[in-house]
Amino acid sequence: MSDFFQWLAGLSPLLQIPVILLSFAVVIGLVLAFVEVSTNRGRGFAILRLLASVLVPVVILLLLGLYASVMWVAAVAAVLGLAVYFYDRRSRSGAGTFLQLTGFLAPAMILLAIGLIYPTIRTAISAFMTNDGSGFAGLANFAWVFTSPDGLTALLNTLVWVLVAPVVSTIIGLAYAAFIDKSRGEKFFKLLVFMPMAISFVGASIIFKFFYDVRQGEQIGVLNAIITAFGAKPVDWLGLEPWNTLFLVIILIWTQAGFAMVILSAAIKAVPAEQLEAAALDGTTPWQSFMNVTLPGIRSSVIVVLTTISIASLKVYDIVSSMTGGRSETTVLAYEMVRQFQLGSRTGYSSALAVVLFVLVLPIIIYNVRQQKKQGGTR
Amino acid sequence: MSTVSDSSRRLLKATEKTGGKLRKASSSRIATAAAFLIAAIWTIPTFGLFVSSFREANDIKTTGWWTALSNPSFTLENYAQAFVSGDSLPLSKAFLNSLVITIPAAIIPIIIASLAAYAFAWINFKGRNTLFILVFALQIVPIQMALVPMLQMFSDGVKIGGLYILPGLGVNGLDGAYAKVWIAHTIFALPLAIFMLHNFISEIPEEVIEAARVDGAGHGTIFTRIVLPLATPAIASFGIFQFLWVWNDLLVATVFTSGGELPITKALQDLSGSYGQSWELLTAGAFISMIIPLVVFFALQRFFVRGLLAGASKG
Repeated sequence: MSDFFQWLAGLSPLLQIPVILLSFAVVIGLVLAFVEVSTNRGRGFAILRLLASVLVPVVILLLLGLYASVMWVAAVAAVLGLAVYFYDRRSRSGAGTFLQLTGFLAPAMILLAIGLIYPTIRTAISAFMTNDGSGFAGLANFAWVFTSPDGLTALLNTLVWVLVAPVVSTIIGLAYAAFIDKSRGEKFFKLLVFMPMAISFVGASIIFKFFYDVRQGEQIGVLNAIITAFGAKPVDWLGLEPWNTLFLVIILIWTQAGFAMVILSAAIKAVPAEQLEAAALDGTTPWQSFMNVTLPGIRSSVIVVLTTISIASLKVYDIVSSMTGGRSETTVLAYEMVRQFQLGSRTGYSSALAVVLFVLVLPIIIYNVRQQKKQGGTR
Repeated sequence: MSTVSDSSRRLLKATEKTGGKLRKASSSRIATAAAFLIAAIWTIPTFGLFVSSFREANDIKTTGWWTALSNPSFTLENYAQAFVSGDSLPLSKAFLNSLVITIPAAIIPIIIASLAAYAFAWINFKGRNTLFILVFALQIVPIQMALVPMLQMFSDGVKIGGLYILPGLGVNGLDGAYAKVWIAHTIFALPLAIFMLHNFISEIPEEVIEAARVDGAGHGTIFTRIVLPLATPAIASFGIFQFLWVWNDLLVATVFTSGGELPITKALQDLSGSYGQSWELLTAGAFISMIIPLVVFFALQRFFVRGLLAGASKG
């Protein structure tokens, strides 16, 4: 495997795309060919199943290149494979069904186990270890998050992000969706506000760096050009503590309002026309009918949008990284976590920050999933 | 149903004319003005950058982009420059890297996930629901939790005691190796991909699958000949979402790529770190980086919206 990737690295980058996709297709083709025939009866297929159970794990391990301890691990794999074969032979729904299932599920499950579950547990453990991983640190890393200037700033700023961005984006998105609903050129107007969703946070940050720019002499940033035109002194927006975090939040709002608008616009159109007509016949003002008919009708969509943007705000990394690099007290949890790791390899601090982030995200995601389930029809 | 509501709508229009016409007109005028204002605020920053990317390097640094509207002088020099120069590597190379990273990282997880989604939907086995809920629950793990150990695993492997269970990838610092970032993106995409594709694949009518089974098709044939073609819309919406997510990603790229393999987002970020020096490269580079996502976005908007909604909690 490592040899394969090393060989692949020697190819020209564009050539690597078809090569990796083809090799992947060959592997998947083999898996599919095996699951196709694995439940067939007959001695030949039984031998095939036996060979597959024993050899596949061994071959995979050899491909991975276990040079040092290869014999031991390969032997264990072979024995495990044999056990799987016998388990499968006695399986209730017929020989081969368990192997078939393994063929479908194993690639995803193995990747998730080694790439997501294992690292997550490791991070959770390192959060309680010292920064060099040598000893147990108790709650010291969490104490650092809640008391040190860097940790505390990150935490407080993250709270600002999650309190401001979702509400403002949702209000703007909702207002815009309501204003342009059934108007001429609705599609075009939607596109204008929705487009930032396709732009990366890095791209959006460059756009806004230009917007916030400050310099001596003539201003090239729109914001400073406007205020200097009124005779004010140019302001260094990104260095203006503590307001600079809000100026960064605006960038997230700018990208997320389109998301809110599209989802809420679909929800508004799904509000039964009869209800609105009934309200209109009762002589309500547009504002009253919006507040009393439309808004209750789209409540669950509003919650999904709010929670989704909350999660995005909690995890925000790119904007802080490209706009200020965390300077001038603008750091946030997700950014500080990477910074602590990259700067000083402080895995304890970094893991503690990740765990705090996880704990903050957790309830929101659970709530979001529940709402989406209730709402059902959105997918 | 629609004719009923049509006629009542006509009725409604008639009543509106008599009653709240004046009030309605004034409030809708305010609404229109507000909509125009929002639309303007949302487009002007992008437009400003777009105009700037065609201005002379010196003009960008000394005058606002709006002066170019009254006094136009445009050039393609910035784009030509951006292709050959950059902070750590030329942006054309970074653009290429983005393609090399994104295409496999969008296709591979979809295939792996659809295999698993098929098993969850159409193969009966003990513990199916428990396992599916576990996979579903993995969506709540922020990728920040996995980044650092994953990076260590890629370089050092997994050891229990002195015994290697998994070796490292052996590609650290190797020029032209994208393995780490492909694998990372693939793994991070799986929980959501399995969940989304399962929702769709499980809705395929049972008779269709049963008919194929009666005709003697095994699970392999059913998967390739029936399930994959029928699931194309779901695959497309997730594929676009994943493509844009990987293309626009900075965090995973920051941790898992280095040197000559940086994607365009990271290259641009490095460039914008060298403050104020190279506005002309930044403006042009930003647009180079946006071309692919914008094309994908405009061409496949319909699928994108669906993918977005279902992919709400990714990241």
